Amino acid sequence: MANSSCSDVKVLGAWPSPFVTRVRIALNIKSVKYEFLEEALGSKSQLLLQSNPVYKKIPVLIHGGKPISESLIIVQYIDEVWSSGPSILPSDPYDRAIERFWAAYVDDKIFPSMKLINTAQGEEKAAIVEQVTEGLVLLEEAFQKSSKGKAFFGGDRIGFLDIAFGSMLGWLRAIEKMGGVKLLDEAKTPGLVQWAESLCADGAVKGIIPDTEKLVEFAKILVKMKGVPLGKN
Amino acid sequence: MADDDQVILLDFWVSLFGMRVRIALAEKEIKYEYRNEDLKNKSDLLLKMNPVNKKIPVLIHNGKPVCESLIIVQYIDEVWKDRSPFMPSDPYERAQARFWVDFIDKKVYLPSVRLATTKGEEQEAAKKEFFEVFEILEGELGDKPYFQGEAFGFVDILLSTYTCYFHTFETFGNFSMEVKFPKITAWTKRCMQRESVAKTLPDPKKMWEVVMERRKGLGLD
Repeated sequence: MANSSCSDVKVLGAWPSPFVTRVRIALNIKSVKYEFLEEALGSKSQLLLQSNPVYKKIPVLIHGGKPISESLIIVQYIDEVWSSGPSILPSDPYDRAIERFWAAYVDDKIFPSMKLINTAQGEEKAAIVEQVTEGLVLLEEAFQKSSKGKAFFGGDRIGFLDIAFGSMLGWLRAIEKMGGVKLLDEAKTPGLVQWAESLCADGAVKGIIPDTEKLVEFAKILVKMKGVPLGKN
Repeated sequence: MADDDQVILLDFWVSLFGMRVRIALAEKEIKYEYRNEDLKNKSDLLLKMNPVNKKIPVLIHNGKPVCESLIIVQYIDEVWKDRSPFMPSDPYERAQARFWVDFIDKKVYLPSVRLATTKGEEQEAAKKEFFEVFEILEGELGDKPYFQGEAFGFVDILLSTYTCYFHTFETFGNFSMEVKFPKITAWTKRCMQRESVAKTLPDPKKMWEVVMERRKGLGLD
């Protein structure tokens, strides 16, 4: 697809959401200009309700007036439409299956458990932290296999799993800080520690993953508002 | 794809997730070896091929494992891409198909299980949720022959697996699928005309027996 004008591509989102972050990184990788429409906390715009009537959630990508929902579905759409840009998913079906597997693992196991650390205490908290750490060790193994000595899960370039997991780094650091715990560490997950640095320094990602301090402050606002889920799509 | 491909499916006959893969393999006319797992006594092969989740289904293609039913179906579509595509070619339509696959995967299972294996208030709540989800699907199907339009595809593969449980839902939930969801009912008949679906799905009576056993085990009937 040729260059689109900025108004052609809109992202309905909110800066703290890691799911929105995924979409923004993907668009940056493809050098696609877009209009970012920030949803106000605690309310949903008419455009959002119209564009995602089933879930009424962000992120939504609106391309040429047509809406696409669900972050990883949006990322795949971006990869397929802007096919002349750097590829996000690998071309080999088996490699694609592996990246999809770990992306689902992040969404189904790692991120939900990470969020629980915030509200858990004592033994329960320790058990959840252990669970998350074990999951991250599995991801470390996957990283070693997939990166083949290069910087990213996708090798030389940022790929699907880099985006799926990397988008969580802001909240991972914030949860580490708020909970006084270490999730990614040099001893157990050295590859991922290095990967996180490389990812956050990359041009496509810089400035998109929110600052840890800002997220900690935001988390406090969420607690005061009560009932608003922590950064969840 | 080469004829000397070795394809093994580790599965459990009752599993809706396994059925998705079986329909996909049948659609592509892929020869494979089916191995039924005893979930109370999982094989060494299953534990080796899916060490992370230790669950079926697992597709083993020339010795390499692919796990998670949706990922397996996509893999099958991408490897055996020369026949019976599961996905449309237009990126926007593909995104829509993925959206509905994801919706069915997330929203149908739990209310279905609860509708079939609870009673009283819990069942009424499950029934309400089940109806809400199926009303959305009825609306999405509309007057199209299949969910993705003219061609049977990924979304149909997913939802068709539930059709062998419709009789069970109707019986224990005390309602008629045909009355409540006429378009889905017509679509069900259409899907059952496909060999891949008709030969994969167990007899609805068998599924009813499975659920009946479960209900007895829970002391419901």
